[in-house]
Amino acid sequence: MKKLSTVFIFCVLLLAAGPGMSADTIKIGFNIPMTGDIPKVGESSKFSAEMLKADINGAGGLEVGGKKYMLEFVYEDNEAKAESAVTTALKLIEKDQVLAMIGPNSSKQAVPAGEVANDNETVMVTPWSTNPDTTLDRPWVFRAAFLDPFQGPVAVNFAVKTFNAKTAAVLYDLSNDYSKGLAEIFKDVFEKKMGKGTVVAFESHGTKDQDFSAQLTKIIGAKPDFIFLPDNYNQVALIVKQAHQQGYKGQFMGSDAWGSSELMTLCGDDCKGLYFSTHYAAAGATGATKEFIDRYTKKYGYVPDDVAALTWDATRIVLKAIQDTGGLTGKLKKDRKAILNAMAAIPSFDGITGSMKFDEQGDPVKCAVVVKISDTGEFEFTESVCPE
Amino acid sequence: MIETIIQNLINALQWGSFYALIALGYTMVYGVLTLINFAHGDVFMVGAYIAFFVATFILTVLGLPGWIALALTIPVTMILTSMVGVSLERIAYRPLRRKGAHRLYVVITALMCGLILEHANLAILGASRKAFPSLIVEHVYTVGGVSFTNLKIAVIVTAILSFFILQWIVTQTKVGMAMRAISYDKFAVPLMGIPIDSIIVITFALGSSFAGLAGLLFAMSYPVLEPYMGALIGWKAFIAAVVGGIGDIRGAFLGGFLLGAVEILVVAVFPSTYRDLIAFTVLLIILSLKPTGLFGIAKTTKI
Repeated sequence: MKKLSTVFIFCVLLLAAGPGMSADTIKIGFNIPMTGDIPKVGESSKFSAEMLKADINGAGGLEVGGKKYMLEFVYEDNEAKAESAVTTALKLIEKDQVLAMIGPNSSKQAVPAGEVANDNETVMVTPWSTNPDTTLDRPWVFRAAFLDPFQGPVAVNFAVKTFNAKTAAVLYDLSNDYSKGLAEIFKDVFEKKMGKGTVVAFESHGTKDQDFSAQLTKIIGAKPDFIFLPDNYNQVALIVKQAHQQGYKGQFMGSDAWGSSELMTLCGDDCKGLYFSTHYAAAGATGATKEFIDRYTKKYGYVPDDVAALTWDATRIVLKAIQDTGGLTGKLKKDRKAILNAMAAIPSFDGITGSMKFDEQGDPVKCAVVVKISDTGEFEFTESVCPE
Repeated sequence: MIETIIQNLINALQWGSFYALIALGYTMVYGVLTLINFAHGDVFMVGAYIAFFVATFILTVLGLPGWIALALTIPVTMILTSMVGVSLERIAYRPLRRKGAHRLYVVITALMCGLILEHANLAILGASRKAFPSLIVEHVYTVGGVSFTNLKIAVIVTAILSFFILQWIVTQTKVGMAMRAISYDKFAVPLMGIPIDSIIVITFALGSSFAGLAGLLFAMSYPVLEPYMGALIGWKAFIAAVVGGIGDIRGAFLGGFLLGAVEILVVAVFPSTYRDLIAFTVLLIILSLKPTGLFGIAKTTKI
């Protein structure tokens, strides 16, 4: 009889422990493009996050307020569309009840999704979005990347100095917030520096376009010293090729949306020797950055692009903020608020894409690098530009 | 100034060639069956992928040089793509036709077939883009400020040749005569001993094989492949076919070049932001003046 009651008590304890165990997980949502125009971006984010999760869960979980929590990452596909990013964010917040969200990556999705995160009071950190509107007046939204008003001048100064450029042409994606915003900033800064009318051609195209011959004919006819191309890597491959087919032999200057590991697969020899501004340079990295690159390359078979590195940093910032809360209550609303306060209180964070601290808009103050695409297709560090 | 105009003319001819090649497939099926085969744009996409696999196989596994690979890829792609088109007809459209379903249902079925092709591709091959291998060395020729490549010229010449071949088949051969007869009276034709199903199969095979050819040329010109590449260009080619007068081969051909020219010239003259807005306004005006298209003949029942 006594034996039976022991078994009974044991069972009751086990049952009681059951739900308790599941409460010991921390859920983080990922709102990333796994299909659509830029699937490689989603893949990089996911791979990077998986690596981080394996690290922490392998070491017994994340310690918050003296208690260990296992991590659970929920990956949702936003198809690289603005409207899907909104529904994905809502789904992560309402249905999956995540503590915080990483992503979306492109500004095209991050700007509308940021609104949802802010309205629903859930911390969102976008790894890759550089458009100011993503975090503007949204206390719940943060980012791990620098801003376009900073990236624009970096591109202008570098091009003027390196190409000896007096005139420039711009070709951008009209339906992409990121591309359009950066193109406009570039035009302003360049004309302020070199005089009015020095941007000799300012042309746009649609996201699904494959033929750019008419725009390029106009641009090449205006004889610019170089072409600024703030476009996603898939379009860069087509545009650069078509420009060469029309006899253009000049330089291109790119932006951080070029920095995908798929760029060279699609673009090949045409992109070699071109420059773009970005978040980090894989070739020639040191310290923790090199360790990350080596591990990622070993695990997945290719060098991580900047999205992978930024996702790593963004996720680690969120995890640090969760640790800084000093203990979770299990009440979703309260915990989310605690994470927000902890995020805002982080004085400075040492990431693999450089050290950063958040300003009052939730934007990091950090450096940008300009890389050159080498003859072997590697992204080589050329120079680093830091905010003054 | 004159160079810019000639340069844009070449651009327009090349871009219009793709619309024309795809529009030919739309118009042939419509001409025979009065069916708008909305899956046609995706058959074009499948053609591009077939070309990708065939070319990659020949280049890497067989290790043959580029020009032999191209010579083999063209017929293989056309045959395989025509089989895709015929299978669609056999699996999706013929059962409905047998049951005497209204044409509207067949059109919806075609739309669904297109989506199935897109998403099957996405499921099987994943979302990553494919980079098409270069089969021929592209030379850039510059004559008096106008640049063109051997590939661009090849695309334009192929489109024009395709038109003449199809026009010859439809107007000069027995099969073509049967096709025109079916479009004239679908019910009387079987009574004359014409095998209606075989003629329909031939129509689909012809239309799809030229979509495959377009896919191959497109992949060579714009070597980034993705599952949705056929959707938008397919829709636009359909519009081109309608503007030309759907059902008429000359109409599809001219409509394709017209749409290509309008799109390119709008960008050349106006800010590129207004391209689709102005391009389609022009087409709308053409249609409102001539609702049956440039070569179309008014029929009382159309979808």
